[in-house]
Amino acid sequence: MASLQLKGISKRFGDVVALSNINLSIDDGEFCVLLGPSGCGKSTLLQIVAGLTSQDEGSVLVNNQPIDHLSPRDRDVAMVFQSYALYPHMTVAQNLGFGLRMRGIHKDMIWKRITEAANLLGIHDLLKRRPRELSGGQRQRVAMGRALVRRPQLFLLDEPLSNLDAMLRINVRLELMRLHKQIQGTILYVTHDQVEAMTLGDKVVIMRDGSIHQIDRPETIYDRPADTFVASFIGSPAMNLFQGNLIRAKRGFIFQSADFLLNIQDIPPHFAGNTVEIGIRPEDIEIAHGPENALRSKVEIISNVGSEKYIHTRIGSATLTARARKEETFVPGETISLGINPSKLHIFYNGKRM
Amino acid sequence: MTRKDQNFYLGLLVPATAVLLLFIAAPIVHSIFLSFHRIIIGLPQLKTPFVGLDNYRELLNDPVARHSFWITIIFVGTTTFFELLIGILLALLIHHSFPGRGALRACVLIPWAIPTVVSAQMWRFLFNDAYGVINYVIFGANTSQYIPWLALPSTALLSIVAADIWKTSSFAALLILAGLQVIPEELYQAAKVDGAVVWQRFLHITWPLIRPALLVALLFRTIDAFRVFDLAFVMTQGGPADATNVLQLYGYKKMFVEGWMGYGSAISVCIFIMVMVLAIAYVRMVGRRLLEASV
Amino acid sequence: MMKGFLKKFLFIIGVFLAAGFSLAPFLWFVLSAFKDQTQITAIPPQWLPSFSMESFSSAVTRYGIIHYLLNSAIVAGSATVVTITLGTVAGYALARLPRRWAQIILMGILACAMFPQIAIVGPIWRFLRFMGWLNTYQGLIFPYVALTLPLAVWILALFFREMPEELEAAALVDGCTRLGSLVRVIVPLSAPGLFTAAILSFIYAWNEFFLALLIMTDPARQTMPVGIALFQGEHTIPWGEIAAASFITTAPLIFMVLLFQRRIVTGLSAGAIKG
Repeated sequence: MASLQLKGISKRFGDVVALSNINLSIDDGEFCVLLGPSGCGKSTLLQIVAGLTSQDEGSVLVNNQPIDHLSPRDRDVAMVFQSYALYPHMTVAQNLGFGLRMRGIHKDMIWKRITEAANLLGIHDLLKRRPRELSGGQRQRVAMGRALVRRPQLFLLDEPLSNLDAMLRINVRLELMRLHKQIQGTILYVTHDQVEAMTLGDKVVIMRDGSIHQIDRPETIYDRPADTFVASFIGSPAMNLFQGNLIRAKRGFIFQSADFLLNIQDIPPHFAGNTVEIGIRPEDIEIAHGPENALRSKVEIISNVGSEKYIHTRIGSATLTARARKEETFVPGETISLGINPSKLHIFYNGKRM
Repeated sequence: MTRKDQNFYLGLLVPATAVLLLFIAAPIVHSIFLSFHRIIIGLPQLKTPFVGLDNYRELLNDPVARHSFWITIIFVGTTTFFELLIGILLALLIHHSFPGRGALRACVLIPWAIPTVVSAQMWRFLFNDAYGVINYVIFGANTSQYIPWLALPSTALLSIVAADIWKTSSFAALLILAGLQVIPEELYQAAKVDGAVVWQRFLHITWPLIRPALLVALLFRTIDAFRVFDLAFVMTQGGPADATNVLQLYGYKKMFVEGWMGYGSAISVCIFIMVMVLAIAYVRMVGRRLLEASV
Repeated sequence: MMKGFLKKFLFIIGVFLAAGFSLAPFLWFVLSAFKDQTQITAIPPQWLPSFSMESFSSAVTRYGIIHYLLNSAIVAGSATVVTITLGTVAGYALARLPRRWAQIILMGILACAMFPQIAIVGPIWRFLRFMGWLNTYQGLIFPYVALTLPLAVWILALFFREMPEELEAAALVDGCTRLGSLVRVIVPLSAPGLFTAAILSFIYAWNEFFLALLIMTDPARQTMPVGIALFQGEHTIPWGEIAAASFITTAPLIFMVLLFQRRIVTGLSAGAIKG
């Protein structure tokens, strides 16, 4: 197993900047997730680490040694592709053993490793089949098995679950967590699904348009998003965000948006008169009681997801989404009171957290 | 789908099917019919008696026919082999060409687009024994050493083979290129990460996966090679001394030059049977392989 | 790093060799069209032509190239139009019929493309003589339609199969008959496929020789390939004129290839991948 360091990685495709000054450190045995919307550059970064694409600037280091000059073959990484990239004309066993065959490893050792991986992933019965005879979930496991048998320093996974249906995705996610505990490999995992990122990652890297917005543990990213992008990207339903002015008040400040006022604390005094954005997560809003900040808003739509309800309300031109327990009932059009606890507010100036 | 719809679609098929039946299927059947008769064009007073298998018997004992058959086989064998070989190389070159792929592909397409008779005249010019550029390239300005490629039995077939290879390698290349382009790039990436070097990637990924396209190219090429006519007609007229008297040319001579329509039909039926046997054999093989190789 | 350069270098050499292999012979030949007689047969070869147009004028006036060209245009053009019309409806039908039937019929159609021309030319010739169609345009056009239909139908059938059936469904719901939906909705949208099939059919008909040789014996009606194959000089082979004629006959084809190479490649390979 190994540690991975990315120093100042940049990459352009023609006029398009795919990656811009990426700096990242992953420890031995860590599960690091690159999370971001499509086109943010996460797959490109993975390809650079694998050696399939070369970066324009910067360096990739494994165990503190630069590996930029090495071909994929010599980097000792294993990759699981989004489409699995299984060799269609080979059996599962041959697929699993391909990498070992290419390195000239002895037949018996190859067979040993294949059976080990096959047992670990529960695909032992499938060894003689071809990829087209397998279901999506089975193919995915073969793809993972191909990576496992190699016993590489580094595992690279490119959205491996995105082609699976919802149920299967949850199961395989759990299996991945189990596997990671067992083999304790260093993993760089790319996804656009925040649930995967939050549950799997020891460390999550939020990326957008080729730059990193935040690197932290999942809980930290959730509780203390570094900027408005991260704040709105993580959390479902998304955090409620509003723009407005800060006005000095007798005790502390008042946030004034076009539609409502809120009391705010913990602001350095010189921020008066500035435009900020505040955010509050739906689950941090209290309904129908009257704490310090009570906003009267009109219920528009109620989303019932079974375990809880989300009510989408409107104050003036702003919409506010709050979480309610499933037993509570609401009528569209009724006006309710929403309480916002100032300590739960996220305040952003120029997009970044204050 | 409803009955009415089905009838509609079947109805749409009628015109095309009619043309094909009238101008291809019926003639074939009629050829078979003609082959059992003795017919001499230009001598109608001799009538056209039914002679059963006489034409075929004569064919089997005809040394010119047998020679023609072997010439054709040699032609088919050599041209197909080299065209596939060059085709693979060209296809790989075009596939990995970036930028300039379009330009290269256009260049490679031109031999295919040229009429065969034009390329035949061209090669006649190139192989000319007095001022052909091929002789010049080999022997320099020393014209006394020049080889009369098209007039020597030993080299005439070679010349035709060369002409065909030039013209048709590009067609093979295009078919194989199609097969290459279907292979997902990710397979090569996976193989690179798995540790395969260039020749390993070709051997284990490219080669097995282009086999279906290769077989299709092989099928079309072999069948077309059996039907060679234009090149032999324009370049050598089947000579010298029948050295390039390929099957269809022989049949043409017998049928239209000498007027033996019955006998000529027997020849054409034989060619037809040979081509059909090949086609069926290939389709069987390709069908199976296609099934195996598809994901 | 040296390895990278060497690879690139070999590659570029390969590309030039390939382009040269494909183009050099033809370019050398066509160059003769622009040389005068002594230059053509000169040893050592004269690499630069004198840019004389005497071969072209001779080809036109003495050998009547223009009317060969006209005949070819009429025959190939008409055959293509007919083939596309019949082929489109047939291809569409095959794309929509149940797979098993379609496959059998397509196989049969493909088989028609494989028959040796000599096996059909004899009876066709007799039929045309019976109809009085020897040495007429229709005598050549109809067989050409038959010869170009298989590939056209194949390409169009594959093309139509890719088209979602929802389009026709929408047209039907909007009030069209099946035929109407075909004509108003499907055909306009199938321009790319039609175009590809048309180009390939045209090229085939334009270049065809065997049938043209036999069916058109009257020089007034002969097509270009026959004209070029039978070029006779008085004493020597008129290479200049042959080259000029070749240039004239090939120029439109090369033009088409350059313009439409993507389509051509798609059409040819459609058979390869799916076939």
